[in-house]
Amino acid sequence: MNWNYVLDLLRISLHAMVPITLTAIGEIIGETAGLFNIGLEGILLISAFVGALGAKAGGPVVGLLVGMGVGMVIGFVFSVICTYWKGTQMIAGIGINLFAMGFVAFGLIKLGAPGFHAVPAEAQLAKLQTPMGALSPLIFVALVVPFLAHWFLRRTRAGLILKAVGENPEAADVAGINVHLTRLLATTFGAALAGLAGAYLSVGWFGSVTKEISAGRGFIALATVVFSGLNPILGLVGGLIFGFFQSLATWIKTLPTKPIPWQFVDMLPYIVTLLVVSGVVGRVRFPKALGEPYKRE
Amino acid sequence: MTAHEARSGGRLLRGAHRTLTGLHPVLESVLAAVLGLLVGALLMYIWGYDPWRAYWALFRGAYGGSYEIASSIARGVPLIFTALTFSICVRAGMFNIGAEGQMYVGAAAAVCVAYFKLPPGLHLLVGIAFAAIAGAIWSLGPALLKLTRGVNEVISTIMFNWISRFLVFYLVAYVLVDARQGQRTVQVPVSARFPILVRGTDLSYSVFLAVAFALFVYFLLWHTATGYEVRAAGLNPTAARYGGISINRTILLSFALGGVGAGLAGAATTMGLPPTYAIISGLPELMNLGFDGMAVAMMGRNHPIGILVAALFFGGLNAGGRVMQFYGSNPVPLEMVRVVMGAIVIAMAIPELVRVFPAIARSVRRLGGVFRRDRATEREGA
Repeated sequence: MNWNYVLDLLRISLHAMVPITLTAIGEIIGETAGLFNIGLEGILLISAFVGALGAKAGGPVVGLLVGMGVGMVIGFVFSVICTYWKGTQMIAGIGINLFAMGFVAFGLIKLGAPGFHAVPAEAQLAKLQTPMGALSPLIFVALVVPFLAHWFLRRTRAGLILKAVGENPEAADVAGINVHLTRLLATTFGAALAGLAGAYLSVGWFGSVTKEISAGRGFIALATVVFSGLNPILGLVGGLIFGFFQSLATWIKTLPTKPIPWQFVDMLPYIVTLLVVSGVVGRVRFPKALGEPYKRE
Repeated sequence: MTAHEARSGGRLLRGAHRTLTGLHPVLESVLAAVLGLLVGALLMYIWGYDPWRAYWALFRGAYGGSYEIASSIARGVPLIFTALTFSICVRAGMFNIGAEGQMYVGAAAAVCVAYFKLPPGLHLLVGIAFAAIAGAIWSLGPALLKLTRGVNEVISTIMFNWISRFLVFYLVAYVLVDARQGQRTVQVPVSARFPILVRGTDLSYSVFLAVAFALFVYFLLWHTATGYEVRAAGLNPTAARYGGISINRTILLSFALGGVGAGLAGAATTMGLPPTYAIISGLPELMNLGFDGMAVAMMGRNHPIGILVAALFFGGLNAGGRVMQFYGSNPVPLEMVRVVMGAIVIAMAIPELVRVFPAIARSVRRLGGVFRRDRATEREGA
């Protein structure tokens, strides 16, 4: 066994952790306020694509910001539908996912090569040279954001308001809190984090866009949220676990000997997700009003 | 205006209003479709296409003649099945996103009939049964995880979708592969294919299976005690449990029945859609049928009859999109169709979609105003 292989595995794990963690933290904030957004997968997909276009136009930082902006726009539309217009959150989320699949496949064809678009090297986010090798700066962002989110949710007045709105919107309403606006802000902010994660996929990690670049990460992030029980620190732990198994799959495929067919290796992250989620469910508790549109009596 | 005139006018208006309220769901589906098409047009315009020409090509390709209509129905057939998968579970109070994966597995099972010989009709029936059973078995995974561990079905079905996708990739590449044609599986033999219904088109007898399954689901859900239990559990699980309904049973039943539907979608595609009668590597013929089915289900308001109509619309989008992508000097890619579907689903998420539009809302209010004035007149008259 070569140490370089192990180091490689660790490095890919850290990179794979970023999108899952960021998306999961965003969703934790949104779910704390009571909105369940299963459109995360679609947000990742669209922001990966549009973020890559932004990076080509104005450099990697612009690309990441554009990705965040796109995430915010989708999150805003989603939350307006699900708060003020009392829409069904599941259906709106499914719609976002369908829309994203079509939109990105369509856009990729429009750019020339169907299904694949390379991000030029100068538009990719530069990696930091560390003793562990080249690491994306967003790894450090993803390591810090969960702690900030934890502080925000547990230690600030705004965090408490989010919780009140998710647990008991009627009481929050009576206390003078604007339930819809609070949910809208929380979900839009959460979607911005998902947008950042999406842009990271294309601009900061793969250096290309494919029509399946998100590869279920949005749903794995949802699984991470379940695992975390809405605790951002556990969200980071979940991100590390799922990131590790994703990169384990990638890593096994690069081994010179092919121990198992690649199709079975590619199943690994999804099987692990199922196992982990079925292991923790029942122990965690979610906000009472999660997924329910708020209607004043 | 005399009192009599006002009253008869009011009756007319009230009649119109009642009809409109009855048609409310239909109106909303139509409105969502229009909205989706508008979003698609806007995107096409932004990307530099001519939306009007594209939609014209799409429309002609979908409903422009008997051949086109037959292809639209043929494209709609698998969507009927996957839409029913989603709807059965929605009626039971769950969001089953697993039709995609269950359909893959069903298609792979249907292809297995190529390995033995049977008389024509029987061979087809055995293939249908294989697909239905495989789909049902695959759907039991998420159902059991939900029952035993309380795993949210949205997450588990998506994970099962990915697992089945790679499983079927593997089966296509190594197990069911045709020794002479490496890029696809063995072909379903003629004796196990759905006969073609309209010569020269893709439309086969699988459409009757789809309609029969839709009617079966309708009958089961609305005209049997079991269906009543399923729907009661979906509307209010707590009340249903107090009423002595076993929620576990309704969950298992709706998942299994949904799995049967998704498996049949796989069978209808591999055994009933010319010309390949096999699974091609990368699953191009199957990919996304499960997800598109959810759009059909929502537009059909999760009702079997509504689904039949919506499937005709979405089948038309798919068939017409195939014409659109080769039409003119600057053809619009087929993927546009899925953008439209997504926008439709997002619009369908909004209850009382009609009210979102101020113009319509204002006219409704004006109508209401007329009623109130009318009632006031009546009171004065009395």
